[in-house]
Amino acid sequence: MAKRVAVVGSGQTHHKSQRLDVNGVELIHEAVSRALQDTHLTRDDIDLVIIGNMDHFEGINYVDMWSIDGSGGFMKPTIKLTTGGTTGSTLAIAGYQMVASGLFNKALVIGWEKNSESDTTAAINTAFDPVWDRLTFAGAIGGLALEASVYMHSYGVTEKDAARVVVRDRKNACGNPYAHLRKEVTMEEVLRSPMLCDPVKLLDMCPRSDGACAVIFASEDVAEKITDTPAWIWGVANRHLYTFINDVNFHGLHSLKNASKELYQKCGIKEPLKEIDVIELYQPYSFGGLLWLESLGLCGDGEAPQLVWDGVTDMGGELPINPSGGVIPTNPIGATGLIRCAEAAMQIMGKAEGHQIQDVKIAMSTGFGGCMWSDMLLYGKKKPK
Amino acid sequence: MDRVAIVGIGMTKQERRKNAETFSDMVFEAVTKALNDAEMTIQDIDNIVTGCNDFWDGRTISSMAVGDASGAWDKNISCVEGDGTFVALYGLTRILSGSYRTTLITAHSKGSESISSLITNAMFDPIYTRPLGLDAITSSALQARRYMEQYGITEEQCARVSVKNHKNAKNNPYAQLPMDISVEDVLRSRILSSPIKLLDASPISDGACAIILANEEIAKRFSKHPVWIKGVGCCADAYHLGDRDLSESRSLEKAARTAYQMAGIQNPLKEIHVAELYDAFTYQELMWTEGLGFCNQGDGGKLLEKGETGMDGSIPVNPSGGCLSAHAVITAGLIRIAEAALQVRGDAGRRQISAAKTALAHGINGPCGQSHCVWIVGK
Repeated sequence: MAKRVAVVGSGQTHHKSQRLDVNGVELIHEAVSRALQDTHLTRDDIDLVIIGNMDHFEGINYVDMWSIDGSGGFMKPTIKLTTGGTTGSTLAIAGYQMVASGLFNKALVIGWEKNSESDTTAAINTAFDPVWDRLTFAGAIGGLALEASVYMHSYGVTEKDAARVVVRDRKNACGNPYAHLRKEVTMEEVLRSPMLCDPVKLLDMCPRSDGACAVIFASEDVAEKITDTPAWIWGVANRHLYTFINDVNFHGLHSLKNASKELYQKCGIKEPLKEIDVIELYQPYSFGGLLWLESLGLCGDGEAPQLVWDGVTDMGGELPINPSGGVIPTNPIGATGLIRCAEAAMQIMGKAEGHQIQDVKIAMSTGFGGCMWSDMLLYGKKKPK
Repeated sequence: MDRVAIVGIGMTKQERRKNAETFSDMVFEAVTKALNDAEMTIQDIDNIVTGCNDFWDGRTISSMAVGDASGAWDKNISCVEGDGTFVALYGLTRILSGSYRTTLITAHSKGSESISSLITNAMFDPIYTRPLGLDAITSSALQARRYMEQYGITEEQCARVSVKNHKNAKNNPYAQLPMDISVEDVLRSRILSSPIKLLDASPISDGACAIILANEEIAKRFSKHPVWIKGVGCCADAYHLGDRDLSESRSLEKAARTAYQMAGIQNPLKEIHVAELYDAFTYQELMWTEGLGFCNQGDGGKLLEKGETGMDGSIPVNPSGGCLSAHAVITAGLIRIAEAALQVRGDAGRRQISAAKTALAHGINGPCGQSHCVWIVGK
């Protein structure tokens, strides 16, 4: 019989642009140790290790095998998943499902990246079809700039609207001790930052970070013994709608739209804006913090800028987004989606300290990949039926 | 464990070079065959797990290349990067979790577009062991040497694995190297990395495989011949070769114990009727038969010499010809599961083992069989 599953704890490294003090395995170990400390578990308690990153960043093949000393996977079932930018959230979904299967009781899920060892854009370019797409359309920023342009053109959205998202997330990051860029920025600074790919400017974009995150998923048989406040997984959903560039409809993020419809239906969410208390949105650039709110059904098409200007998504608002600061201040790619999961669970568990939202009953996290891949998880304080 | 069955199987022929086909062409062929086999359409599939490796494919987010060919449009999809047996394990848990009812699992690889030595060299620690030139072949040669030294395994015994499996491949229309060869041929073949010679090693192959897993309700509704999953186990050993005794496969022993326990198997030699093992090199088949408890540690050579692992033996190993006869990496473990299931169904054609009710499939990840995954399937 399928088991109900909860996140019972997590650990993150301090994220920086370069962690010269540790190698990849040590970086992983740092996050794993913190997750074990957080749950008062030991390596012996873990019966499955799930790990992921994007291979071409560090140039290590079979990372699940290479990382054994840091992951604690020695003489344990160990598996690797990778789906690009969504890797971290894909790992979280796998953590939930593999524990829910009843075959494993406690899964240690690890996402990591040492972007300082990579040429990030060169590595991302290889995702695209070598014959048809790679020569004309590749990399992380170009596709996002195109999405932003279509959005601006359709609804009269401005660069200033997008900058407001950056100001929010950079401010939130100051309350998160693990965030990479912990310094507030002003609207002016965002708008005057160097252009990367029109209309996306340097401060509209996430950095590349070194970091790792580990999250422990436990079955209903043990979750409440590990913590008094487990964050129960209510549901998961995902979509990937892109093989070639012409597959993409840039009017909204359709993978997120379709995944959220499935997720809300599974979990009985009718009015997401009202029912969900906090979202950790995998939003690697500012315009995503507007357009994707519409794809998530939080407001109508073209209405997101108003929602954000009204402060609805700020720390004290009706639906705070990215209390951790999210991705714009911190992006260790393979870990990023899993950090969203860890942070959403921390909000449910009341463990987010400096960036805690009061009385969170339902939280959501997402994952995004440059290939328009979307992953989603919904968490609740209440044990699901 | 709730009951889950393999209800559809499809694979391409494995070939040295599929010039005309892209990754997605190969996967589409395997998926179409699996759907036809299951008498399903893509609408009956509610989720997909692809098995891809960014290094072997030369593409980051390698799953992207085969999403549409796997029929994943607007469906839940994920990607395991590792051998097909591990891909299928995640696919299985997606059904057991209650999230889905029918999982399509695909795997593909084009060895012809890869440089195997560079790609497998990238498995090793970039500072300490990569500069030594270790790759799949040279590291396996170290393991073979240690295994032979420890247990007196001979090059002749290893050669006999090659003779057996290439002969078996003659009965498998999907195999790449069906051959009648002699022990002498193997011993005289070119040395790749002593003691491994050309005919001790698996070939470079292109190919894809797809299987469909379904929960009990769907399996009973659709399938005339469901093959039930009885047990699965996997386990990873230490990473650094120096941290292991390479003549032993303790992670395989543990993975097998888990799978046997789940399947209620006490005496594997008697209760398992056929096994498909990941024989990337000849010595590995001997080692894995030991790790799986078909014989005592060090007796793999004797088990083979007695003919126990031959087509008429008590535990035929690799009636398909194994990886030695066709080795599309990542795909290989999924093919082992597919072959095991075909045996249980009685659909293995000329490579059929009579009265095969329970079959074992096995896959590996990492250097020198660092991690193993063992599947037991049956009627």
